[in-house]
This record gives sequence, structure tokens and C-alpha cells, in this order.
Amino acid sequence: MEIHEQVPEMVKPLGRVLHRHAKLNLQLNRALAPFENSAKVLMFSCNMCGQCLLHENGYTCPMNCPKQLRNGPCGGVRMNGHCEVKPEMECVWLKAERRSRIFPGRYLFLRIHPPLDWRKKGSSAILNAVAGWPGDVKANGKE
Amino acid sequence: MTMIPANPVRGRFERALRSGRPVVTCEIGSPDGSDPADVRKRAKLVRDYVDAVNVPDNTGGVVHAAPIAACAILAQEGIDPILHMTCRDRNRMALQSDMLAASLLGIRNILCLTGDHMIHGDQPETKPVYDVDSVILLEIASHLTRQGKYISGREIDPPPDLFPGCAAEPFAPPYEWRPLRLRKKVEAGARFVQTQIVFNVERFREYMGRVHDLGLDKQVPILAGVAPIRSVKAATFMRDEVPGMEVPDALVRRMQAAGDDKKKREAEGIAICVEIIEEIRKIPGVAGFHIMPINWESAVGKISKEAHLQPAIGAPKLPPDAPKPTAAAAPAAMPPVPVPLAPKV
Repeated sequence: MEIHEQVPEMVKPLGRVLHRHAKLNLQLNRALAPFENSAKVLMFSCNMCGQCLLHENGYTCPMNCPKQLRNGPCGGVRMNGHCEVKPEMECVWLKAERRSRIFPGRYLFLRIHPPLDWRKKGSSAILNAVAGWPGDVKANGKE
Repeated sequence: MTMIPANPVRGRFERALRSGRPVVTCEIGSPDGSDPADVRKRAKLVRDYVDAVNVPDNTGGVVHAAPIAACAILAQEGIDPILHMTCRDRNRMALQSDMLAASLLGIRNILCLTGDHMIHGDQPETKPVYDVDSVILLEIASHLTRQGKYISGREIDPPPDLFPGCAAEPFAPPYEWRPLRLRKKVEAGARFVQTQIVFNVERFREYMGRVHDLGLDKQVPILAGVAPIRSVKAATFMRDEVPGMEVPDALVRRMQAAGDDKKKREAEGIAICVEIIEEIRKIPGVAGFHIMPINWESAVGKISKEAHLQPAIGAPKLPPDAPKPTAAAAPAAMPPVPVPLAPKV
């Protein structure tokens, strides 16, 4: 088992506890989100979508694509590998493909990623992955 | 998960793809005015030569009439239309409702595209939507058809019978990844594929080799895109200004050699297109051709005659003075490409 598969297994019990205590989950999410997101913005120019794909794309944020594509490059990549909309920027998918060679989980490229849930924008992606998104849960703890 | 039985009455385009004969489709320009006669006039120029007609959705980010209206007119005329649907202007709600609207108007072939960015168009200040991408759009179209439900899970009664297709782009980097992206689209529910315009046949042959290795040409019919070049200006524009289109310098030089005379350069453009069609015929796995005469619909007839293309279904109605294709000149039959029934979701 590779490291990116081990870590979610290890934190599963914590996730279950947080999922049961929805109010705590929500508060924790609100508290953590600014720190997580600002760190990711500084390191990977993250766009804070709340549904992180960084680990699958060689730590390149696909939301930097002007078309915000999450399933691979569009047909408008220039011959030099730059974006059709921003000629000065390298296509994020070319960059992701290159960088993913040195990180685990490269096969995840072939997965079809579901469309973005816009309600999660700005929340903590790590906590969403571990404990589920608290937005679905009413304040009284019932789903 | 209840599966809705597929509608046995299929459109002409799907029947053509199932026939195993090479299929011909073409694109007509979206009207830039409010006169329905314009659409009928364009359709009349191409209807005898093709199995289905594409209508693009605000190509190049420039506003035209919505293709759904042009497609509805084509359907009235007895032509099977292929509606281009892009993610540029509409979110997932609008896309689903447009798919149902298309069904109501008798349009079932939908080409799912990401869409040209408006930065290339005449209104670059517009807000881009891009709520979903082309892969998800294909998933939505096949979800509506196969599950009979909206993506929220709410029932549609009766569900639409859509025939979603996708585009393929062999000419933009990362080249080695492009066939895998096509596989993703086929997994998402694409039932036919139309490629970007092929000018660089060598690159296309390489791409089709990879596609063949992945077994995709057995799963979906792939129509190779071809286009006539009208002038040197058009050729250099496509080479330099349109990302994702690869025009070899040799072709530009051939157009320059043809000179400025309109008749001469147009004949040369069509001759180049016919030569490319002949080259593509030798590539295994190509199920037909998609002609994109950029606002030059009258070229479709000429290309069809010179390259001996004919629609897979129905007798071709060539004018009486046209030379009949001789047995020697007739194209070699392409191996039939089976169209799969809807795979299990």
C-alpha cells in the first residue's frame, strides 16, 4: 500500500468521530480552512475549491486552467505547450503530467473526476476528505 | 438502477454508423442573422452528400444564432442534425434543460465539447462559465438517456434518447496523452467521435495507431475531420492563430503557388483536401469523414464528388452531369466499425 492510500486509512476513526459531531466538524472546518488554504495558495497557487486534486496531479492545481478543467487538457494547447487563453502560462495539464512523474498516484489521471461542488469553495479540503463536508448537515446534527 | 430500454427507432446518423459503410458528415455555419431561409439555403447545398449535419455553438467565441434553432430547422427539412453543445456559456442546469429541449425538437445527436474560450472572440470581457467539462457533459448526456433521470436523481418522463459524441484532438500537446483522454471520453459515454481537422496526416496516423492499440476504434466510430483551405490567408491564420490546429508549411506553400486567382486557389484547396482524404482512407480504424468547410458549404459537393464520398444511407443524388465513379476509382471498402449498444453504467 502506498503512502497516499495509507494516510486516509489511518485517520478514518477520527473522521467517523467528527462526522458524528457535525457542529464541531463545521467549526473545525471554518477554523482550519484559512490556514490550509493560505498554505496551499503560497505553495501551489491553489484556488481553494475545497475538493483538492493536488495529490493526483503532481501538486499542480487544475483550477488555474482558465476553463477550470478537471479531466485533462482541452484541445487548445499551443504547439509550445502554453495555454490558448494565457499565452504566457504553460498549460496546467502539461505541467501536471510532468510533475506527476515524481509523485505517487499517477494512474489517477485516468479517473473521471466528478464535477465540482461549488458549495465547498473556500472550505478545508483535507477535513472534507476525512470527515465529510459539514455543509450537508443541519445545525442539530441530523443529515 | 433501472435501465430504460433503448428506443428502437434511431436517427439516420446512428443507422448510418451501424451500417458499416463509411459515413460522411459536414458542418454548416451558424446563421448570423434572423432569416431561417439562410439555414435552409446552407442545408440545401450539402444535404445530398452527407448523413448528418453539424451546427457549431458560437465557434471561436463569436456570437451567432443558437445552434439549437438551426438544428430544429434542419430536422424539419428531414436532415439528421448534430448539435454542438459547449460548457462555455451554460452551467449544468442549463445544459440539462437544453438537452431536453433538443429532444423535444427532434434533435438527438449531441456533440459534447468544452468550447472555445471567449478570449478569441469579439466579446472577450464575458464571464466564462465552464461549470463542467466535456467529459462530464458526456456523462450527463448518457445519464439522462440511460438512467432516465436528471443528475439530481429526479425522474424524467419520458427520458430523452440522446446520441452523445465527442471531439478528438490529435494535434495538440501532450501528444502521448491524447489517446488516453479519448478513452476517458469513451468511458464517459461517447458513442461517436469527430476529430479536429487533419492537415498533418503523419501525426494523425500515429494517433490512430495508439487509439487502435487501446481498442477504441472498435468501441466507437471515429470520423476524421477534413477541411478545404480557401486561401493563403486562411491557411496562415489556421496555422498561426488557431491553437490545436496544425497546418504543415508545405500546404501553405502549395496555396501560395496556386496564386491569387479565386478559381485557381479554391481548386487547389479542394485538391489538397481530396488528397488528405485519400491518405486517411489508408489508415485503419477510421469510420468516415467529417467535412468542415468553414462558411464554404458549396465545397462539400465538390469534395464529395472528387473523393468519391457518399452518404452511407440512401442513394446519393448527384447531378446528372457528374462523372460516375468507376470501379477502379471507387474507394476500397473500409472495415466496418461496430457501434456498441449502450454499455452498462
